[in-house]
Amino acid sequence: MNFKKQFKEGLITQNPVLVQLLGMCSTMAITTSITNGLGMGLSVLVILTLSNIFIAMLRKIIPNEVRIACYVVVIAGFVTCVQLLLKAFLPALDKSLGVFIPLIVVNCIILGRAEAFANKNTVAASAVDGICQGLGYTAVLVVMCFVRELLGSGKLVGVQILPTSYTPALLLVLPVGGFLCLGTLIAVMQWALAKKDKKKEETKQ
Amino acid sequence: MSVTTLFAISLGAILTNNFIFSQFLGCCPFLGVSKKIDTAVGMGLAVTFVMGLASAFCYGVNIILVKLGLDYMQTLAFILVIAGLVQFVEMFLKKSVPALYTALGVYLPLITTNCAVLGVALLNVQNNYNFIESVVYGITGGLGFLLAIFLFAAVREQLEFADNPKCFDGFPIALITAGLMALAFMGFSGLQVW
Repeated sequence: MNFKKQFKEGLITQNPVLVQLLGMCSTMAITTSITNGLGMGLSVLVILTLSNIFIAMLRKIIPNEVRIACYVVVIAGFVTCVQLLLKAFLPALDKSLGVFIPLIVVNCIILGRAEAFANKNTVAASAVDGICQGLGYTAVLVVMCFVRELLGSGKLVGVQILPTSYTPALLLVLPVGGFLCLGTLIAVMQWALAKKDKKKEETKQ
Repeated sequence: MSVTTLFAISLGAILTNNFIFSQFLGCCPFLGVSKKIDTAVGMGLAVTFVMGLASAFCYGVNIILVKLGLDYMQTLAFILVIAGLVQFVEMFLKKSVPALYTALGVYLPLITTNCAVLGVALLNVQNNYNFIESVVYGITGGLGFLLAIFLFAAVREQLEFADNPKCFDGFPIALITAGLMALAFMGFSGLQVW
């Protein structure tokens, strides 16, 4: 088990959103303010880590034929816990994330990591994987929120940042902005990875 | 409840509040299965069918849950109902329409994890729709998905030949295209039924 490698994979080379292209619905839908992005990212991080641990523990017991159904039940259980906790302690956040909190159940990242990682690896490795992938997801959300909130409304966390003479690019806060912003981010990522590969090849020669 | 309400719900689900372009529900299959028009239409039809059925069944399940005071178990119950339904649709298609079954292939079981299906069930509860309204919302929501994925697949087939910057190849350019389509769909947002 290599913590450093997993961390790098989760955040950059195997980033769940930008490279594996998973869980894009929520990424585009809720990234209109930093608080939303952080709340969603941390919720997914917690659920992903817990479900990874649980599924890794049960990986020898769950029969292969019905594994997807079992994973979904485990994930739905944790999602319900988080949903109830948010409702009790952070009702404002729960309201602004709305239907996307229960929809974490069908977020491909969690099911994808259960299938690709947790059912083949030890509990500790799966826990680390959950944290790293969750951090990668949160990082992307925060970057998207930052761009969309700052340029779309001129504010960050409700505080005016850009001078009031700046006309907000309202487009970015609208659904359109989600598509455009994520598309550009993925393009930047592809560009950076391609450049890195090229450099590696050059040093080899 | 009148015909006007149903019409307003349908109009909203298909155009003004399109599941993909304004609510971001069901983006994964929208981006994943839209490389060819045929499969895109097949997927759209299957999703419409499952969304209609899921709205009807989840309405019933929700009533039972509320009676038992277990409504916090909604998410868990709904996802199980949907998984069961998809399995059932799969068996039904395999027996009666094998051609469509082979065409949809792996995408059929994946409808379970389509957030549009679970989303419609949850939104029905949130909006307090009655049985008929729920079913209408489910079916028209599915039709909106079908419209979006069909248009998108048609554009994407042409995109194959586009000469875009190399780093935009594949997903990024598809997302930008979807963004521009969402912009077009925003033009419907003034529509109202009165």
